[in-house]
Amino acid sequence: MTARQQRGLAGPVVLTVFGAAVLVPFLSLLLASLQPAGTPLTGLAWPDGVHLENFVHAWSAAGFGPLLRSSTVIALAVVPAAVVCATLAGYALATMDVPGGGKLYGYLLLGLSIPTEVTVIPLYYDLRALGLTNTVPGLALAEIAAFMPFGVFWMRAHFATVPRSLIEAARLDGASSWTTLWRVLMPSSRPAVTTLGVLYFVWSWNQFLLPLILIQDPSKRTAPAGLGFFTGQYDVDVPLLAAATLIVIAPVVAVYLFFQRHFINGVLSGALKG
Amino acid sequence: MALLYVLPALLPYTLFAVLPALHTAYLSLFDWDGVTLPSFTGLDNYRRVATDPQLRAAAWHAGALIVFFSVLPIALGLVSAALVARRSGRRGTSLIRTLLFLPQVVPLVAVAVIWRWVYAEDGTLNQALRAIGLGRLTDAWLGSFTWALPAVGLIGTWVVAGLCMVLFLSGTQRIDQEIYEAARMDGAGPLREFWSVTVPLLRPEMAVALSITVIAALSSFDLIYITTGGGPGNTTVVPGILIYRLAFGGGAVGLAGALAVVLTAVISVAVVVINRLAKDPS
Repeated sequence: MTARQQRGLAGPVVLTVFGAAVLVPFLSLLLASLQPAGTPLTGLAWPDGVHLENFVHAWSAAGFGPLLRSSTVIALAVVPAAVVCATLAGYALATMDVPGGGKLYGYLLLGLSIPTEVTVIPLYYDLRALGLTNTVPGLALAEIAAFMPFGVFWMRAHFATVPRSLIEAARLDGASSWTTLWRVLMPSSRPAVTTLGVLYFVWSWNQFLLPLILIQDPSKRTAPAGLGFFTGQYDVDVPLLAAATLIVIAPVVAVYLFFQRHFINGVLSGALKG
Repeated sequence: MALLYVLPALLPYTLFAVLPALHTAYLSLFDWDGVTLPSFTGLDNYRRVATDPQLRAAAWHAGALIVFFSVLPIALGLVSAALVARRSGRRGTSLIRTLLFLPQVVPLVAVAVIWRWVYAEDGTLNQALRAIGLGRLTDAWLGSFTWALPAVGLIGTWVVAGLCMVLFLSGTQRIDQEIYEAARMDGAGPLREFWSVTVPLLRPEMAVALSITVIAALSSFDLIYITTGGGPGNTTVVPGILIYRLAFGGGAVGLAGALAVVLTAVISVAVVVINRLAKDPS
């Protein structure tokens, strides 16, 4: 083998090693979830048959069915509202003369470096005073607020690429700015909007600190927060814990696999446009 | 009129992100247990943030996490991107790309559960060590005063390395293959090519990777909360964990607020510095 061929091999080898490094921990989780409930396990071990009772147990007795439902309700409250708000703001900031638009945009971008740790303490006390802790609107508003800076940034960048002539032609035809947005621009904006929706769904589903604090009622917890509490209780029964974990990650992994191009491109170009 | 379009975004952002952050800054000037009346103490809480040994330890650990969340994944990503970019064809990378991004998609709580199992006494890592005859090296990794912090840090490396790699790979596709050809014609070896072609041209991607990962390291909470809870002792305590403990159990809401304000300031400064470095060609 020549030196050149050896170098050519380096790429695939590196990719395979990295891929395996990602895969092995997931694989050990999957194998653990198929073991008989309550057995002591050692690392990667092939199960003696497929034991799906862990999933049944995690879904009903351990309460992951209801947990998935609350996470879904939160995501359904957050994603459409946040996408619409971000779209409207991005549209205006990219195509109209908003008074103080530059400053408003800068003010929104500040939010990109606000960690949840700095908002969560007053959110808890203030939402509790308003009776909004343990409620869907309370958590949803906190998430929408946290997600808004990226969304406005993303949609503004998208609408900035729309040819000015298209907007001007619509105006000349007598279309209002509202009609221009929904009738003229939205059809071609579907990829950008889908990407934002997918990112928002994943972020909302995976959010941990906000639901951990804002939802104290065990029956209203989101799936990741529920998994966090479950971890403390069922430390020993690895197969049950593994099945519960798979149930929690299944929806978000399914959305990712279905929209993977949107997700990857969203993260990559979203990051690079900054 | 145009302002009406921006309002639906501005309103929730202001009410549920900016005002809470300002409220935290206000609370940080008080000694408050969350129940009784707060008493104004000026900058006392900030003095404690600067001097309290536990808070200092948290700052050190956050710094150490930057090595695992940022330095290591970026180095790994750069080297592997360079190796892959040397190939002319890049077929078959799409499946791997999907796989490499997977840790980005899964909730960190689930990642933490997965790795608790990998690091467990009967877990995958110890099993692998025994299998290659290094059984005496096995340990209860997350319960070890020596190894807990690096063990948690390496989970962070695992989470972001794929992101860095895919980011750099997409960057190398921007680089003209002719530049590589030219470098090779000039007799540049793989090392020389790496330092004088790949690394300088991937500067924008490196800045992005650095911002994302430094923010993730400094504001880390989920992973540590589930894997070690800050222990054993205080060996893996980070600012996020302390803020949570102090505010929601420690009865020191003001001190937690001061720590959160300092954390936000450090993150903002880091982001600004990284972006400056990326834009300044010198």
